[in-house]
Amino acid sequence: MIEVQELTKKYGELVAVRDLTFKVEAGRIWGLLGPNAAGKTTTMRVLTGYLPATSGRATVAGFDVFDKPDDVKRAIGYLPEVVPLYQDMTVSGYLGFVAEIKQVPKSRRKAAVARVIESAGLKDVSRRLIRNISRGFKQRVGIAQAMIHDPEVLVLDEPTIGLDPAQIREIRELIRGLRGEHTILLSTHILPEVTQVCDGVVIINEGRLMASGSLEELAASFEKTDGVLVRLRRGGAEEAALFRGLTGVGKVAVEGDEIRIEWSRGRDLHDDIARLALDKGLGLKEMRPVAGIEDLYMKIVSGGLQQ
Amino acid sequence: MTNIWSLMKKEIRAYFGSPIAYIVIFSFLLLAGYFFYNLVMYFNAQAMEMAQNPYYAQQINIHERVFLPMFGNLSIILIFVIPLLTMRLLAEEKKNGTDELLYTSPLSVSQIILGKYLAALVMLAIMLGLTALLSVFAFSLGNPELGPWLTGYLGLFLMGATFIAIGLFFSSLTENQIVAAVLTLMTLLLFLLLNWVSSLGSGSWRSVVSYLSFSDHFEDMLRGILDTKDIAYFLSFSLFGLFLAHSVLQSRRWR
Repeated sequence: MIEVQELTKKYGELVAVRDLTFKVEAGRIWGLLGPNAAGKTTTMRVLTGYLPATSGRATVAGFDVFDKPDDVKRAIGYLPEVVPLYQDMTVSGYLGFVAEIKQVPKSRRKAAVARVIESAGLKDVSRRLIRNISRGFKQRVGIAQAMIHDPEVLVLDEPTIGLDPAQIREIRELIRGLRGEHTILLSTHILPEVTQVCDGVVIINEGRLMASGSLEELAASFEKTDGVLVRLRRGGAEEAALFRGLTGVGKVAVEGDEIRIEWSRGRDLHDDIARLALDKGLGLKEMRPVAGIEDLYMKIVSGGLQQ
Repeated sequence: MTNIWSLMKKEIRAYFGSPIAYIVIFSFLLLAGYFFYNLVMYFNAQAMEMAQNPYYAQQINIHERVFLPMFGNLSIILIFVIPLLTMRLLAEEKKNGTDELLYTSPLSVSQIILGKYLAALVMLAIMLGLTALLSVFAFSLGNPELGPWLTGYLGLFLMGATFIAIGLFFSSLTENQIVAAVLTLMTLLLFLLLNWVSSLGSGSWRSVVSYLSFSDHFEDMLRGILDTKDIAYFLSFSLFGLFLAHSVLQSRRWR
């Protein structure tokens, strides 16, 4: 549904996106993950036809972004990073205007506005001026405006930024509810957003592709080893050495007040580790799996991992 | 076409949704009313005097003595008022990030510009139309000539349309509305000055400069002369302004 091939975008000397290639299948929610200034917004602006690429190709819903921009624009609903709202309009007036410029036929406009007001939960504020509604509602209006022409593809740039935790949960639920009907590409710099909402992820940093694929694929390919993080009453080098003595254990490292214990895939050492901790009276407080994708992302962000 | 229409409606609603339309129309009408009142009173006094002498009474002409200076004054007021109408048109969209919505909708840059241009033209028409109500008194109580009155208003409208195109261009350059308004005002004043500058020069230099200034073309129309040369001047000037605005927006997206 969305296909990007060797996309490069330069602003003068500055290269914002370099040779980016990825693919999002129809009906799925994909996350575009990266730290700030990784090139997420630029990528989305190219996909939505706001900016032309310097080189490379991108197709959305079967249309080439550069050759058929108007077809692409009709097939995409876009929530920009800065929600494009006219403060002096009412919510329903604004949605009506967007329906007009997105070329929703006149006979269907009213129904379209009613539909997105319903699905974005805007009923209570539909007649209020946009300047007077809360940040969370403004974000919902942004998502509603992206859905107004019932596009095949939704491109959402940081849909939960600047919201409080309750609003974030609501917006995530709203997005999850759109799975299947729409193909969604959403950008974020928060990893849990990807793991909670998305089926797959494209990780970029400094304009380059770091990893892409479905969450399961990524987890499988990046975790050649299995492991746990163990928190003890007192976890130091001495205790770490005890775990190192267990059969099958690979790397053991002290990370802050936790000990990371890894072993090669296929074994299951959880019981052994727990038994050892109990037998030696180490005061086991917590034992949790090493999160593969989290590790990966942290390494990428800190610059420790190259493609 | 429907796209242009949608944008135009939105702009007009935006004008009336903020205080700007009311302030601009109110001040324009206030000044127009003041000038009209003064001119009519002065004309009355003169007419009384001249009525003593049948020869002069034949000569007195309400168009020349009321409408001519009135239109001249209105054209100067437009120079100050139009920048206030045009400053927000493109600058505000850029500032609020709403331009991203427009550019990612199936709209062309020319449709965006035309929609905004037409909305400002409607505002101009409303302003001029309301001043035309003043003339109702003159027409009901006297017998001014209709022809020059109409060409005078046409001239005002065409000149205002040119001002709007220039204002739209400056609004495309910046996201700061004040900057857009000041640049527009300076440019319009500069073109007004060209008329005076031209009187200092001589030969072909003089005719080129005087051709470029608004006033010469406007004055013909005030006197009831409808010349294609003047109409072509205003239309091509407007198109040039719109073309520049179009180029600016287009180039911004390709940078």
